Amino acid sequence: MKTVGSFGLAGSAGLAWSLLLACTLMPEAALRAQETGQATEIQQLQQQLRKLQENFEETLRQQHRQIEALQKQIDALQSKTPAGATSPTPAAPGSPNEVKETQETKPAWSPTAPITLFGGQRNYLNLSFDALFAAGSSTADDIPHLQLGGHDPVQRGFTVQNLETVFEGYVDPYFRGQASLVGHIAPDGDFHFEAEEAYLVTIALPANLQVKAGQFLTEFGRINPTHPHTWSFVDAPLVAGRFFGAEGLRNPGARISWIVPTPFYSELFFTVQNSQGSTAYSFRGSGEHGGPEDNLIFGRERIGRETDRIGDMLFAPRYAVSFDLTENQTVLIGASAAFGPNNSGPDTDTQIFGMDFLWKWKSPRHHRGFPFVAWQTEVMARRFEAGAFALDENGDGLLDVDLPRETLWDYGLYSQLTWGFQERWVAGLRGDWVSGERGAFYPDPDRDTRWRISPNLTWFPTEFSKLRLQYNYDDRENIGVDHSVWLQFEFMLGSHAAHKF
Amino acid sequence: MKTKTLFGLFPLVVGLPLAAHAKLNVVTTTPDFAAVAKAIGGDRVDVTALAKPTEDPHFVDAKPSLILKLNKADVLIEGRAELEIGWLPALLQGVRNPRIAIGAPSRVLASEVVELVEVPTTLDRSRGDVHAVGNPHFMIDPVNAVLVARRIADAFCSLDPAAAEAYRSNLKTFSDRLDAKLAEWQKLLAPFKGQRVVAYHNSWPYFARRFGLQIDLFLEPKPGLPPTPAHLADVMAKMKESEARVIIVQPYLNRRTAESVARNTGAVVVDVADFPGAVKGTEDDYVKFMDHLVVSLANALGQSSAKKP
Repeated sequence: MKTVGSFGLAGSAGLAWSLLLACTLMPEAALRAQETGQATEIQQLQQQLRKLQENFEETLRQQHRQIEALQKQIDALQSKTPAGATSPTPAAPGSPNEVKETQETKPAWSPTAPITLFGGQRNYLNLSFDALFAAGSSTADDIPHLQLGGHDPVQRGFTVQNLETVFEGYVDPYFRGQASLVGHIAPDGDFHFEAEEAYLVTIALPANLQVKAGQFLTEFGRINPTHPHTWSFVDAPLVAGRFFGAEGLRNPGARISWIVPTPFYSELFFTVQNSQGSTAYSFRGSGEHGGPEDNLIFGRERIGRETDRIGDMLFAPRYAVSFDLTENQTVLIGASAAFGPNNSGPDTDTQIFGMDFLWKWKSPRHHRGFPFVAWQTEVMARRFEAGAFALDENGDGLLDVDLPRETLWDYGLYSQLTWGFQERWVAGLRGDWVSGERGAFYPDPDRDTRWRISPNLTWFPTEFSKLRLQYNYDDRENIGVDHSVWLQFEFMLGSHAAHKF
Repeated sequence: MKTKTLFGLFPLVVGLPLAAHAKLNVVTTTPDFAAVAKAIGGDRVDVTALAKPTEDPHFVDAKPSLILKLNKADVLIEGRAELEIGWLPALLQGVRNPRIAIGAPSRVLASEVVELVEVPTTLDRSRGDVHAVGNPHFMIDPVNAVLVARRIADAFCSLDPAAAEAYRSNLKTFSDRLDAKLAEWQKLLAPFKGQRVVAYHNSWPYFARRFGLQIDLFLEPKPGLPPTPAHLADVMAKMKESEARVIIVQPYLNRRTAESVARNTGAVVVDVADFPGAVKGTEDDYVKFMDHLVVSLANALGQSSAKKP
């Protein structure tokens, strides 16, 4: 403002000067002709000029006064140490240090100083990178079938489980955005890259509503919406692998949620997503690697089913409640469901129902979050309408495969106990069980009964790294018992993650 | 205006009568801000702290019940110097409360009004838990508490202008009381000026600076890492050398480590709190909390110097 003002004034003064010059340089004949008029004109102009000069100087004086006043205010504020200044000891002991310390800790920026791009809440984008690896071995001959999660260790030796880059930040006053780009290296050495999640979340909707839209993991239970590096075990629970597929249930879509005005926390979620693709295993899924074997489900070939009507979408409601039993104990209980068509037949549907339960105790005097005890359980059931499927493989007129239309019920659960028994150490025990009511296609390793016991021990050097040793005892119907040992390690770079409950 | 209407709607939804002069619902991250907010708001505000006074403020669980508290808050007071970075952002993502959005007058970022020390020049986690914007434990300095109290009073005044005079007068009472107390506390600790005190974690730079103590020896080898035998041996040697005979320990820290160091060096372990309410009788009262801290430290320092040969 100040500079603009003076420039404006200077401009007017300059204009007056040039006018004056122009007048004095006028041809003499013309001057004579209008001598009297001109004299008055000059006088007027001179007066104008004087006025302008006076105005100009007055403005300068005003500005000087303003600057001085402001400077005084600044000085006053700077010299005033609140409370301390008014106390009988004007300089608090250590004050000289104070000044020195401040100067030392806040050095001026220099070109050689590293520029911090991320972290410290001074950027538009939080960026973090998480790498999760495993090494180990198993007695199973078919480790990729033993381990159901897409990011589980799947071979003897080393597995790159999950390389995840997360971008996160507020988009504008209306949205927050988040994207997780994930890669893993398959046993054949191929690097698989996925845009696992990329979504926006509203932050300013009224009436306690929130909308999430984009590509995201379906809000179902506790394991499905979370990423492998946040899990307490090396691998995905069996029930999650069976019902949601290797990559979990996720697709493009939208979710609305509402915090219900109850005296305790309770929230309703409703998700609508596409029901096709390799990340919709129990629905209109497709084989992840596109091979012919991948395109079979429960003995049936997956057929092409288009999205023709709204009912061909995936719908997933969820209701979660939580309350604190005591100051230090919290429970979180949820009920979820997922409904959608499946492509084992032209008009077949799938329903998945789930209940989840979490109880956690954390010491009121915990240090870095330890000690704690947490117990988490999920129970699920799936109703799968399987279409009729017949196949004459060799064309001899006799059907080699003849499966009727039938409804297949599957059940599964896992229950896990984690105990942070001392700072940085967590002991865990998980039990898994999955089973299916016998269908026409039998045996089916994707539906037969199997169970697993997994004790593990995790060491967190800091919250940015971990080392985990896990043993799995697997017992599969029609296959037998297997033993596996996995050592998992993780590191995280970048902005500090905030941990959800 | 819009937020006011929303706030008005909520009691209607749950079927409660809308009080003519509803109290301001103030939520703070830690109990120190809560104590100050109570001093300024008096009975015109309801104050809830999300963290317990006895727990490690860096590692609070983002429990859903806290989402609900934030959802109903009229004011949110947070330190915002990475103290709450592990849990508050996760909570706020689900809170959907425009009243406490960043930039709203009712969102108080306390660290903005104080000068943070120990701002790292480079961000490098091999040095342990560094805080990018400076040491976040600034409330253990009464001068900073007054600065924060002023900011809180400003927030209350702008949200409830009708009671502005009351808030201003409470602020004056609070800062006068602290002024008087500060002089007293400084007098109490003056004999120990320059003395070295050992702490478990580097939570004390503001306190040390205000009271002329030297709190620069920590049981943690690096911020956030548990003590190692080699480091403790080094600490003990330095303690003997500099005649440091007091180790201060917060309720959530491992007292046994401190005790064994104390045994080997002839020092005393003093239980101190960094939040009001962690020690009985200091609940919701910043002055009582500081008083307890200063008095127990002064007593311990007095004892240890009396013991000196």
